[in-house]
Amino acid sequence: MEELIKKLKVEIIEVLNLEEMEPGDIDSDAALFGEGLGLDSIDALELIVLLEKNYGIKIEDPKDGRKIFFSIRTMAEFITENQK
Amino acid sequence: MKPVFAGAENIISSLGFSAVENISNILTGNTGIAIDDSGIYFPSALPLSKVDYAQLENLFAGTVPGEQGKFTMLEKMFILSITDALQQSNINITSPDTLLIITTTKGNIDLLDPDLQKEFGKQRIFLHEMAKVITGFFNNPNRVMIISNACISGVLGIVYGERLIRSGKYRNVIVSGGDLMSEFIVSGFQSFQSLSEKACKPFDKSRDGLTLGEGCGTIIMSSGADSFNDIDVRVLGGAGSNDANHISGPSRTGEGLFLAIRQAMNLAGIIPEKIDSISAHGTATDYNDEMEAIAFSRAGLESVPLNSYKGYIGHTLGAAGVIEAAISLRSMKMNMLFRSAGYEHHGVTKKISVIKENMEKEINTCLKTASGFGGSNAAVIFQKV
Amino acid sequence: MSLVIRKYCSIVNACINVDGKTAFSDPEQDGFKKFIRAAYRHFETDYPKFFKMDSLSKLGFLSVEVLLKGESISGKYPIEKTGIILTNGSSSLQVDEKHWDTIRNREQYFPSPSNFVYTLPNIMAGEAAIRHEFRGENTVLISEGFDAELIFNITDLAFKTGSLESCICGWVEQYEDNYESLLFLVEQSGHENMVEKSEEDVIFEPSTLLKIYKQEL
Repeated sequence: MEELIKKLKVEIIEVLNLEEMEPGDIDSDAALFGEGLGLDSIDALELIVLLEKNYGIKIEDPKDGRKIFFSIRTMAEFITENQK
Repeated sequence: MKPVFAGAENIISSLGFSAVENISNILTGNTGIAIDDSGIYFPSALPLSKVDYAQLENLFAGTVPGEQGKFTMLEKMFILSITDALQQSNINITSPDTLLIITTTKGNIDLLDPDLQKEFGKQRIFLHEMAKVITGFFNNPNRVMIISNACISGVLGIVYGERLIRSGKYRNVIVSGGDLMSEFIVSGFQSFQSLSEKACKPFDKSRDGLTLGEGCGTIIMSSGADSFNDIDVRVLGGAGSNDANHISGPSRTGEGLFLAIRQAMNLAGIIPEKIDSISAHGTATDYNDEMEAIAFSRAGLESVPLNSYKGYIGHTLGAAGVIEAAISLRSMKMNMLFRSAGYEHHGVTKKISVIKENMEKEINTCLKTASGFGGSNAAVIFQKV
Repeated sequence: MSLVIRKYCSIVNACINVDGKTAFSDPEQDGFKKFIRAAYRHFETDYPKFFKMDSLSKLGFLSVEVLLKGESISGKYPIEKTGIILTNGSSSLQVDEKHWDTIRNREQYFPSPSNFVYTLPNIMAGEAAIRHEFRGENTVLISEGFDAELIFNITDLAFKTGSLESCICGWVEQYEDNYESLLFLVEQSGHENMVEKSEEDVIFEPSTLLKIYKQEL
């Protein structure tokens, strides 16, 4: 799990162009949206693409994204549960 | 200040190749949206509003014999659309008094495909190259004006055309808006998860996204009242604005659209009570339609009959403003309100008066609005003389 | 009413000029991406969203940023009367090609929403409008090259109708390795909110725009 969390942080920084951040700057349990990293709706859609492209997981209902993308840890848990 | 008249409408869409044909289909309640499972635009089946290319080629061959190979699909639409509009007016397109305004979001974007690019050359992807081909075809001596401002491009074309004529810079302005269906556009909107799996339902409770369309529309504006042979409609004025909120998400307060409508009414010298109908943007995405309803409500237009034409012809992007304004001009001349296709149950939190049935009504003044990516909004007001 | 150019800013060849004087230049000149980042840092811009933008928007955004440095347009004019009118040659072709690359192969079909959103040239104007809260008219027109008449006509008419009281207008172009921008801050001479310059005002007219263009780009 910790490996996956680390990998996710690197991937997210890259695909969301979080230029001035290092993986160590992202708290695994902090909220990604709103107060936390301050991501927006386009970032949420981009995370859906990331899950499909890098992990082969398709999110059919974007409304599910809110729970899955709450934090890096919830994302990692979702990937572990759903990856074939 | 010169008065500005508008007329000579042409519409090329899934519902036909002339304004008459489009209007007759709208009156009968036909929609041009159909499931496309060709795989050309998207890996799986999707509802789209497509122009009949076979018929387009036929018409083009009849209008410009022997020249089919010279023009891209979109250029053919522009040429046919402008040709048809010119036939409804006596203005001279080769005169230095006549300006051509082209509005489009993506132009010849299909030329990103290497095979098509080989055929036409990479230069043609540039919007100014495409526009030059069109003015060159008509021998218009002026530098063509090109507006590429997302989904408000068409309405802005009318707004700027009106200003250029009113200030005396040109006697006539032809505004033609066109955009093509492409894998490029479909894949992008799909990645935004904003496409509906059914024909779009603007302002309806069960709306769940937009339907993409393609087409071309043309309107001619002129300071000469004798430029058109049917009923005179004037363009009173229009304006643009920005939400300054988000590059893709509509404003939650409708502020930008409200400001554009208010400024258009100021310039037109019109109070809300004088507006008889509204041709809204109405894309049928959750947030867009809600934003529009808030803006109309704030502008005091709750009771004005309103529709979106996207349930008939989908969202035609940079063409939408011109095509929908062309339908609105016909609606005014016919004194007929057209049903807003796809609307059954009220689905926005504000009261607005979406048209449920075709209905005869004296329409003297009509408001046309548009909103789009980049937070942009535009509004323009037409009035019968 | 006469319109005056209150300030202008150009970016080309890794050099940023304000009113004809160099405000920043990158001696390394190592491509657009490195240059624009260095410039962003030089002007102490604090706006993480900058890094999400495509190259055209980065260029447009930073041009506006530098042009407005030390100005307080938002405080002087109503935000709904401040506009952005830009012209451009290649539209968003650079990022269009990037989007095309994500869909050309159906086996590797992953269109990116954060890329697609920039496949419209007017997004750069939207980005600047968001940053400075400008709610006035906001337009992108396409021209083959810098077209002084076009920039003048559209801006002038927006003022004449009373739709705008201040405006940023000009030319922002970027495709492949080529980039250049020239923006003007335009205000109404004699407007109650305008602070008169000490030297003579530069009149906003096509010949002046062309003269500055030839001098800067």
